[in-house]
Amino acid sequence: MMAGMGSISARWDRVVDRYNAQPKIVKILWVTLLLVIAYAMPLLRPPIITTNSIDFGTVMFRVIAFALVALGLNIVIGYAGLLDLGYVGFYAVGAYTTAVLTVEHGSWPFFLALPLAIVVTMISGVILGAPTLRVRGDYLAIVTLGFGEIIRISVNNIEWVGAAAGIKNIPHPTGIGAKPEPPFKQGGLFEIPRLEWNGLVPSFDTEHKSAFLAFGSRDAVPYYWLILTVLILVLIGDRLVKASRVGRAWEATREDEDAAELMGVPTFKYKLMAFALGASIGGLSGSFYASSQAGYINPQSFPLLLSMLFVAAVIVGGSGNRWGAIAGGALVAYLPERFRDFADYRLLVFGLALTVLAVWRPEGLLPPRQTRRAKAAEAEIDALEEGDLEETPNV
Amino acid sequence: MSENATPRKALLEVDDVTIRFGGLTALDSVSFDIKEGEILGLIGPNGAGKTTCFNVMTGVYQATSGHVRFDGTVLRKLKRHKITKLGMARTFQNIRLFKSMTVLDNVMVGADAHSKVSFFDALFRTPRHRRTEAEALARAKDLLKIVGITARHDELAANLSYGDQRRLEIARAMATGPKLLCLDEPAAGFNPAEKQRLMQLIRRVRDEGYTVLLIEHDMRLVMGVTDRIVVLEFGKKIAEGTPAEIRDNPAVIAAYLGVDEDDAS
Repeated sequence: MMAGMGSISARWDRVVDRYNAQPKIVKILWVTLLLVIAYAMPLLRPPIITTNSIDFGTVMFRVIAFALVALGLNIVIGYAGLLDLGYVGFYAVGAYTTAVLTVEHGSWPFFLALPLAIVVTMISGVILGAPTLRVRGDYLAIVTLGFGEIIRISVNNIEWVGAAAGIKNIPHPTGIGAKPEPPFKQGGLFEIPRLEWNGLVPSFDTEHKSAFLAFGSRDAVPYYWLILTVLILVLIGDRLVKASRVGRAWEATREDEDAAELMGVPTFKYKLMAFALGASIGGLSGSFYASSQAGYINPQSFPLLLSMLFVAAVIVGGSGNRWGAIAGGALVAYLPERFRDFADYRLLVFGLALTVLAVWRPEGLLPPRQTRRAKAAEAEIDALEEGDLEETPNV
Repeated sequence: MSENATPRKALLEVDDVTIRFGGLTALDSVSFDIKEGEILGLIGPNGAGKTTCFNVMTGVYQATSGHVRFDGTVLRKLKRHKITKLGMARTFQNIRLFKSMTVLDNVMVGADAHSKVSFFDALFRTPRHRRTEAEALARAKDLLKIVGITARHDELAANLSYGDQRRLEIARAMATGPKLLCLDEPAAGFNPAEKQRLMQLIRRVRDEGYTVLLIEHDMRLVMGVTDRIVVLEFGKKIAEGTPAEIRDNPAVIAAYLGVDEDDAS
């Protein structure tokens, strides 16, 4: 009926299967190639993909930041099945903790403030989760929704964290090598030129170089590299934890909480763990957001809409699949920027794109393989039954 | 295990348990025990309180009065997953598998019941994680073999046939390493051939060293496989004894057997 329906995930399955069948050396080569492309993306600036009206490096940073958030939220929504509608709250807690420690009430270096921001967000997750995770379902959604707004409204009114004016001059991460000297020297260990495309003909653009391991306020690319590295580390961690007793306990709790409990899973503990872990990854991305290129945050940076976008990213990508979450996060960050040419209509186009996606693929772009298999089996049975009904009269 | 040598110890004691839901007395001063290594049948007509009894034993309900003692521990105010850790496992009358997990993972969840692997063990792949994971995997595979669904280990639980889902439930419960395995109407919806295989499976489970509590409607199955039977009616225990004794007990025949067997045939 709809031929395109399963093609993306079927193709993805085939890619995964083929990859798994390769010898180790080939696998390593593929991963290396993909990594090189991923890291080089904002410098390659491939035509069509590149955004025209806004700096591509900035967009790519945003894309990865969203992918990281979606990866964290996927643990909460996708693995443990807890609907968190106030994820932006944790994002804000991470960002504000970093800002307070590095500039507002201290002068900690970023890389010292980062772990503390993660810990503070995790604690806020535990405080929020401990009372609410005991009750089921809807309450958590309501409480988290409130939490997101409470954080935003609180920081808007608390002078100690800058109130409505926000916090500026948040220091950038400490780099290695030469310091950036605006306007021309980017610094770092070395500088890499980016590509300039004239139609389909690339050339080196030596006037816009990106610094390796130096973080200034003119170029987003070094931040992109940093957050991409973090994303990869979190991705590896996610994979290790998911393929263990912990991941199984999350899934079992999501599937049937009573049965899980009676099979010896301390479901409350695991729900709280997923919730706090998701929160801390949100805080981690918030921390990077605060210290990024602009070095400025205010309460308006954390609207309710952002929480909804995060949830949309996980659902659109395919709740429960880490690659789906990354794809969803990337898409949700990328599309509005790509559609900037449509000016006032860009959010409309974005909304349409999400709606089309929801209708076309209700279970997300890349749902977990298990769901796909279940769907496939169902479809087979349906086809058999339909076939029986249709064919019998002809025979 | 050699249960014949010494007089058997009571593994589970239900002592004068009463449960009321508002005005309804679901269980009225019920007492019985389950001895190590035996297969005990718990029977009774619909609404007799079998499942309530089951639920109070597994910690889903709290007794209004009286208590349940399992392996020397009184099961009061004990979290449900802790009761599982003490060594009691159950299956569900209406199958409750983790449907979108694989067959193997379903059993692995059960096998994790005694695991001490923490989040950090998993993240850093410590030797403890690797050892526990390998043990759980071996155990899960063994159990799938015992219940006879090894070939389908990579399938989603939801895609199994009804009978195989029941088998998977038994394997998952056994994976928690129980001293007592409680089966809640495992033969519901089975045809006679499947029931026959289930009886063999239950005997095999007992021979593996488990104590089994069987709640069942089907008389032939209960008579054929159990060592001892407790009969409930309207929340009260009306009889207790060997299958032969129960078969000849006039109270039981009046309350249950006559009616139900006519129904069945």
